[in-house]
Amino acid sequence: MSDRRRIVITGAGWVTPMGHDLESVWQRLLAGETDVAPIDRFDASTFPTTFASQVRDYDWTGFVENPTMHGRPGMHTQFALGAARQAWDASGLGDSELDRHRVGIYLGAGEGVLDFTSYQRTSLKAWNADAGQVDTVQWGDAASRHLDGIGEIEQEPNMPASHISREFGIRGPVYNCLTACAASTQAIGEAASILQRGDADVMVSGGTHTMLHVLGITGFNRLTAMSTRNDSPQTASRPFSRSRDGFVMGEGSGIIVMETLEHAEARGANILAELRGFGSTADAYRITDMHPEGRGPGDAIRQALANAGIDPSQRLDDGRPPVHYISAHGTSTSENDSIETKAVKRVFGDLAGEIPMTSIKSMMGHLICAAGAVEFITCLMILRDQMIPPTINLDEPDPELDLDYVPNVKREAAVDTCLSNSFGFGGQNDTLVVSRF
Amino acid sequence: MRRRTVITGAGPISALGVGIDAHWDAMQSGRTGLAPMTSFDPGWYTCHVAGELDADRFKVRSVVPKSYRKAVKVMCRDVELAVGAAADAVVHSNLSTPGVDHESGFPIPPERLGCHIGAGLIAADVNELTVAFSSSRGDDGEVDLATWGTSGMENLTPLWLLKYLPNMLACHVTIVHDCRGPSNTITCAESSSALSLGESMRVIERGSADACLSGGAESKLNPLNYYRQHSAGRLADARDLEPGDVVRPFAENALGTALGEGGGLLVIEALDHCTERGGTPMAEVRGYAATQSPTHDGLGADADDIAAAITMALRDADLDPADIDAVVPFGCGIPVVDRAEAEAIKRVFGDRAEELELVLTVPYTGNCNAGNGTIQIAIACRCLQEQALPARLNTGSVECGLKAGTRAAGPASLRNMLVLSASQGGQNTAVVLGRCE
Repeated sequence: MSDRRRIVITGAGWVTPMGHDLESVWQRLLAGETDVAPIDRFDASTFPTTFASQVRDYDWTGFVENPTMHGRPGMHTQFALGAARQAWDASGLGDSELDRHRVGIYLGAGEGVLDFTSYQRTSLKAWNADAGQVDTVQWGDAASRHLDGIGEIEQEPNMPASHISREFGIRGPVYNCLTACAASTQAIGEAASILQRGDADVMVSGGTHTMLHVLGITGFNRLTAMSTRNDSPQTASRPFSRSRDGFVMGEGSGIIVMETLEHAEARGANILAELRGFGSTADAYRITDMHPEGRGPGDAIRQALANAGIDPSQRLDDGRPPVHYISAHGTSTSENDSIETKAVKRVFGDLAGEIPMTSIKSMMGHLICAAGAVEFITCLMILRDQMIPPTINLDEPDPELDLDYVPNVKREAAVDTCLSNSFGFGGQNDTLVVSRF
Repeated sequence: MRRRTVITGAGPISALGVGIDAHWDAMQSGRTGLAPMTSFDPGWYTCHVAGELDADRFKVRSVVPKSYRKAVKVMCRDVELAVGAAADAVVHSNLSTPGVDHESGFPIPPERLGCHIGAGLIAADVNELTVAFSSSRGDDGEVDLATWGTSGMENLTPLWLLKYLPNMLACHVTIVHDCRGPSNTITCAESSSALSLGESMRVIERGSADACLSGGAESKLNPLNYYRQHSAGRLADARDLEPGDVVRPFAENALGTALGEGGGLLVIEALDHCTERGGTPMAEVRGYAATQSPTHDGLGADADDIAAAITMALRDADLDPADIDAVVPFGCGIPVVDRAEAEAIKRVFGDRAEELELVLTVPYTGNCNAGNGTIQIAIACRCLQEQALPARLNTGSVECGLKAGTRAAGPASLRNMLVLSASQGGQNTAVVLGRCE
């Protein structure tokens, strides 16, 4: 491990429900704000859940050199282009001589937005009620009149990466992974692995997603995974609270630029932090439930720490625990918050209670595939400013959950090393360890 | 020094059947799996043939353990294909997992078994959705969202969303076979399988697993995904043609591609682990590289970037072009993709390109999208083992200077083979496989 290439982060950007630039959103997170509100993108007024954390007033065209080069990108791509532009500009790579085949992309991008209006119109026109199925010949004919061909192609999950490669002339290894809520954490971890293997010098990584559309909200409502606290949207996302009743849907993108230390130093880059460890496991348990003891999450955390050369039971010379902040997956579902707490306690033992662990999902909602990257970027800001954003809406602690969740008010703290967790529906668990450089 | 990786099991699945023998036998006798499509009436479309695996030859119920049969009802077609292939690959590698009845196999510890599966953007069943839509029609005959929210959505089963998430392929496979190592879902269209192989290789090299189930599976044989491929201009205009005459890779009169359902899983394993347990490698993964073609619409391909992938994979393998004895190109019959691939092969291999044997799989199985690369790799492994080439099907007129025309099966001296992909979205891969003596 000692001769392994070191990986650093040199740029970061995001497009979120709380704003579209790094600094202002960061200040709002520290202030414990939130913009969760009734959904106005479609009529959700009779849905079990009527609210979400929605990106507003965002215009992607201001983030690209030439919008016509991108045609009509899907919303997941629009978010990603804005976040990638911020990260790329911050990294200063635009001024560097680059071998474009040594620059890659690894995104955890979700699928695009199904064009619900046109899809239901097409399907209902072709519906044969007697047969109980659509007439597929009529369906094709109706689709050709209602479904926009380009718009359909833009829904593919590899299109955000495709557009980013176009915008910055990237020609190295390009991946997209889709492991639900774990996707962008996994993308960052595997991007590091590509750099360590020597297959690229620079990786653009992170995630983008929106499921804030009719079938997305429908799907999660049917699963009863989302909060239905329609009378109080802004207090609905309440991770670790006794009265938590599900997650709040968010959307957006977080993108970072990662490089080998050697490459970053050679070009005199401003280094934001060092990515030190990555752990990844599968639950292999059940389609819908997490393992009750948090077997998979615990193993992912343990692996990430081992990968970083950190012993979770060992205090530092100054008496502090070896990790100073945990960015929780913290979805505000009953199951996740309790199992995540168990997993952290199992790994850190007696030291667990001394490590602040917060969930910015309490403010921003759950960005699904993009959540991990946005939370990782939050860790970068915490390392920079030595300030921890709170878990808001935590007025009624769950008596079973007894870690330090930094309730409601930000806290100044000496933070040298952060851990960032993401656990996906479907059983993927991913953890990153990032330190001050 | 890097940990060497080998392929010890292959479970391809397609219109040719389940398993490497079914595929090899069909390709020895030159028997295509393409036939008139039956999954739905494709009357509106220009391409009426497809590669389909009928229920007489494959029922997912019969390949999962009894205790898991209940879960079959939440599997979409793509998941069924992956689950079917996984059992076959595990037995073929002579490993043993809880998912197979194969007591003589080596019981690999769950924590040391990873899983990387390429998947597509899965379309929800149109009939299931339209039943629900039709219950929510408003006065204008379209879905009234107010009715949808109160009652319409309840026509969908609570687990509806979980049938169609791309990571459900890996979710089911990891549960059935108890894979608790790193697991991922790669969604990069036709490059997904090879990118998954690359990730499995990295995971094993860095010591995070000793073996991985790796591959991909997809079926686009449903109205929505078929429409998307049609809109993208990728399907052949083949209304009056015999099924075997539709896909004409590298031909002057190529018409586009035909689609198949399928893909499969491979067992990628550390050579040290394979040797220790007395396993039999089919081939060694000697080199791997991926690049991106940043084309203007994501639908093209670029010879420069495919050639770069080949050159980088050869360098990774520490081999020269002269060491490659046969190539399995993507060869899908889409002129713009074929042209770029042909140009790249000629650029890397120079005069030898004319002599280099090509192995074509798409005329047999149709383009299996996210699963396609697994079939290509599985066949290449078998070629290296058998020291033989399959029959080449191609009714087109090939004048591009590559050996892509019809040929009979026969013996060949094969040291190393190259497997290529170029995806919708611009991802390219090159994999160098070497003979294991």
